[in-house]
Amino acid sequence: MKNTKGKFVDLDTKKLDIEKLKELDAYIESLEDKEGNLIHVLHKGQSLFGYLPENLQLYIARKIGLPASKVNGVVSFYSFFTQKPRGKHTISMCMGTACYVKGADKIFDAFKAELNVGNNEMTEDKMFTLKDIRCVGACGLAPVVLVDDKVYGHVTVEQVKEIIDKYRKED
Amino acid sequence: MAIVKATINGMEVEVQSGTTILEAAKKIGVRIPTLCHLNLEGTGIVNRVASCRVCVVEVEGRPALAPSCAEKITNGMVINTNSTRAITGRRMAVELLLSNHPQDCLTCAKNLDCELQSLAQELGIREIKWQGEKMDYPIDKSSFSLIKDPNKCIMCRRCETVCNEVQTVGVLSGINRGFNAFVGPAFNLDVANTACTYCGQCVAVCPTGALTEVNDVGRVWRVLNNPDKHVVVQVAPAIRVAIGEMFGMESGSVTTGQLAASLRKLGFDGIFDTDFAADLTIMEEASELVHRIKHGGRLPMLTSCCPAWVKFFEHQFPDLLDIPSSCKSPQIMMGSIVKTYYAEKKGLDPKDIVVVSVMPCLAKKAEATRPELTKDYNNDVDLVLSTREYGAMLKEAGVQFDQLPEEDFDHMLGESTGASVIFGTTGGVIEAAVRTAYEWITGEELDDVEFHALRGLEGIRSATIKVGDMDLNIGIAHGLGNARKLLEDIRDGKSQYHAIEIMACPGGCIGGGGQPYHKGDMEVIKKRQEAIYKEDRSKVRRKSHENTEIIKLYEEFLGEPYGHKAHELLHTYYIPRETI
Repeated sequence: MKNTKGKFVDLDTKKLDIEKLKELDAYIESLEDKEGNLIHVLHKGQSLFGYLPENLQLYIARKIGLPASKVNGVVSFYSFFTQKPRGKHTISMCMGTACYVKGADKIFDAFKAELNVGNNEMTEDKMFTLKDIRCVGACGLAPVVLVDDKVYGHVTVEQVKEIIDKYRKED
Repeated sequence: MAIVKATINGMEVEVQSGTTILEAAKKIGVRIPTLCHLNLEGTGIVNRVASCRVCVVEVEGRPALAPSCAEKITNGMVINTNSTRAITGRRMAVELLLSNHPQDCLTCAKNLDCELQSLAQELGIREIKWQGEKMDYPIDKSSFSLIKDPNKCIMCRRCETVCNEVQTVGVLSGINRGFNAFVGPAFNLDVANTACTYCGQCVAVCPTGALTEVNDVGRVWRVLNNPDKHVVVQVAPAIRVAIGEMFGMESGSVTTGQLAASLRKLGFDGIFDTDFAADLTIMEEASELVHRIKHGGRLPMLTSCCPAWVKFFEHQFPDLLDIPSSCKSPQIMMGSIVKTYYAEKKGLDPKDIVVVSVMPCLAKKAEATRPELTKDYNNDVDLVLSTREYGAMLKEAGVQFDQLPEEDFDHMLGESTGASVIFGTTGGVIEAAVRTAYEWITGEELDDVEFHALRGLEGIRSATIKVGDMDLNIGIAHGLGNARKLLEDIRDGKSQYHAIEIMACPGGCIGGGGQPYHKGDMEVIKKRQEAIYKEDRSKVRRKSHENTEIIKLYEEFLGEPYGHKAHELLHTYYIPRETI
């Protein structure tokens, strides 16, 4: 189906992995208030599928009896949710005020150049997704980079390659 | 409920607790400008999101200005609505809205009808102080009914409230966040690919040009000026009580005669009344109801005049498609009769006839394009104008509507009864059906044709009408959220009704998405309703089956009501659709 930008949106829920859907269904069934727990259902969906493609959002909307527009509204509002596939590791650059003042934009540019991706994009080898985030509350360590759940403080441009290589070597 | 006392602009005010500052101020004659706020009293259409901050006022002892539309009055509050701080805050809110708003007011579809424009004028804004980054969203022109231009959206959320909370259609929602936020369907889909019913209530409440109707005025001018085309026009019942508002006439003015005269001025070849087709609808719908009751058919029967309602149940209740009447809507019935009976009588090729409708509705535009509503690849209805578009055409042509003499519709398809006029208001279709069904079931003459139990503006109404020895249980709903409640009862087997009337818009067609903008004033809709009943009272004939042109149509052409030919021309079927 076409969106207003002329882009094709795949809404075929039959293409979703059946085993993963079974687990998601079981989770939804276990909830007493399904509508009220939309965010939890979305978390579960993202942890199972890695991201929340449009057809999965539609599936969830129908399963819990909410309009797809509402579900899409919630998914697109919270930066934790992603509608695009993510790399094996997510590199998050804090763009909060303290980090920004300490040169977060330069470090972010270094990551972009090193990984050859833009903001919110995945590397070709599907290893990394790079994104900017709001203040993580560790201003004393500014500038801060998160790789998945691990926090790197006082990061310098020189360290960027080092950090990336560390994860590349692990895999 | 407890009473609270406060001071507004030095005046004491006493209100019930729970009253907002805005409501309290209104009570003592203090007007506070608003923008996102909307309260169509009695219809459930309330938008109180306080997103625009235009209604801010100063509350003594508080550091921040308070949004008066959402902030409740508390005891001892000292409020100032026009202090320098309040006025500056209000003005800045509007200036910030204007900073990234397209400045094409002169050519905007909402020019002179835009609430943001009026506000800028009221607040005396003479320059756009800040030039912000402009939005650059594609304009959604995918449907036959409405156009969505997110670049003109001020995120007031009125459309979202109406679409979700009032109509329960759930197509529009806020998507994304911050500067990238916009209101639209899921995944930014084209509206034509969603469960949108085209009721047009989002357009009716949009304060700016973000939501407008598809403009078909140019296409109508072109056919009117094509000598090879025989162009006939029909006007819906609700137009005659509303269009006067566009020409400075009082709300509730009945302008049937001027309307016929104005159509003649524009050069239409046949000037017909959808009221005639409404009488025809009753002949078929009342027959179907009597048939279903006598032969143990599926009950309740639901009316099917409203195309937004039809699309709603196709998407939301695809398992109940056997419940609605199979009757086409009056607009489409008129088209069918013009392209067959009228063409035959006039010796015209149906392909040379263009049927133009003037409707209070945007869903009628989409309805006219439904593939099953064509005969031999001819659309029953070719072009549909809203009340607003027709008014604009008259202005363009320099027709002074309010100065026109009263004229009559053309005959053959122009006579109408009081029963057909009331199609324009909630409760009217079913009252018209009862007037006819009563006489057909009992074989007795109905003395008092006014069924006051069926009238009013409450969202869901019900009444039991004694028809001979039978108790006829009638349900009425306007607003699709109310309709949903009645439909859910039917699905659960809890419904006791024989017949149910449903109209998608608040008040019925008088509050339609194509009517002159009410700008949140419920009195306008109430006055239109009074005018509809006034027009009914003024009619000599008030039952559809007494319409002499209808009687002739059956004698000469259709045969029996609900008979073979009537089925072929005047009935339709419904299509189950997905919900997105």
